[in-house]
Amino acid sequence: MIFVTVGTQLPFDRMISTIDDWAARQGRTDVFAQIGPSSIKPKQIQYADFLAADECRRKIESASVVIAHAGMGSIITALELAKPIIVMPRRSDLNEHRNNHQLATAKKFLEQGSIHVAMDEHALAERLATIDSIQCCGRVQRNASEQLLTALSDFVQRGKLPGRVLITPPRDLPDATADLRPAGQTYR
Amino acid sequence: MMSISEVNHSNGHRKARCILAVASGGGHWVQLLRMMSAFEGEHVIFASTIPSLRSEVADSQFYTIPDANRRRPLALLRLIFKTIWILLKERPDVVISTGAAPGYICLLFGKWLGAQTIWVDSIANVERLSMSGKMAGRVADLWLTQWPQLAAVDGPFFAGAVI
Repeated sequence: MIFVTVGTQLPFDRMISTIDDWAARQGRTDVFAQIGPSSIKPKQIQYADFLAADECRRKIESASVVIAHAGMGSIITALELAKPIIVMPRRSDLNEHRNNHQLATAKKFLEQGSIHVAMDEHALAERLATIDSIQCCGRVQRNASEQLLTALSDFVQRGKLPGRVLITPPRDLPDATADLRPAGQTYR
Repeated sequence: MMSISEVNHSNGHRKARCILAVASGGGHWVQLLRMMSAFEGEHVIFASTIPSLRSEVADSQFYTIPDANRRRPLALLRLIFKTIWILLKERPDVVISTGAAPGYICLLFGKWLGAQTIWVDSIANVERLSMSGKMAGRVADLWLTQWPQLAAVDGPFFAGAVI
């Protein structure tokens, strides 16, 4: 089953209609979408406006692949369950979100290579052509990084603050997860 | 050297602290839950904007709070009243949030009522902090971003990420 989700807040018709059109052309009956508060209802694929969080998690668990807006809830849940995920970012100029942070999120995670990204509906249509051979490329544990957990428990149990950052990390540091050591030195 | 009884007194029998953990439904909530193992042994109470999330933390107390932002003044007012009511009832030692606006409101009033406050800005904010994340800098005792490139000398600090 291909599971599609737009998250808890807003509709994302540009993504849903691309998938619905593709499914209709291919005669696919194995697509289920959570479409949000949308006035446009899919013709081919099965859908629900909203799913409770545990229901959404079960859908992802039983899916072979997840297609989602570039929201962190969808991305993290797919990575926790080691499911391949394709994300398509919302755009504020099309009134799909308040700002363009999903574009930045998508680019950053694309650099890390842990998820698949379709920057727009054309890229998504291309990606759909080979969807049955898609591979999972990332997985995360159920907990935050050890470094963050330690910083939080140090603060709560001993009132210990991370302390002043003496050196501002360079702007081109690869990402938050690739190497935690240099950052670790900033708070000890 | 500390005697064993002193060790027990300072660590083993420390009274559990009350932690109010707040996040809007969706990605903020997913990130909040990933940090909860840092608070094992503490008394954690949750608050979120989506009532059905109660089932994800079935062993803990859960409050539903109104979703609001600065473009919805009436909802904001209801959120403020509910927040103050929860804070007065539970008297948390610590308030922690990953956002969005409702989390900031809980930090703001939590701080006024004497709680320690923690803001962990969402990992979705890669290029700049969210609006509430910036405002939280003024009320958070521990102010964190999840991206090293957003860390600054006066905060927010970078101390790891939720993934």
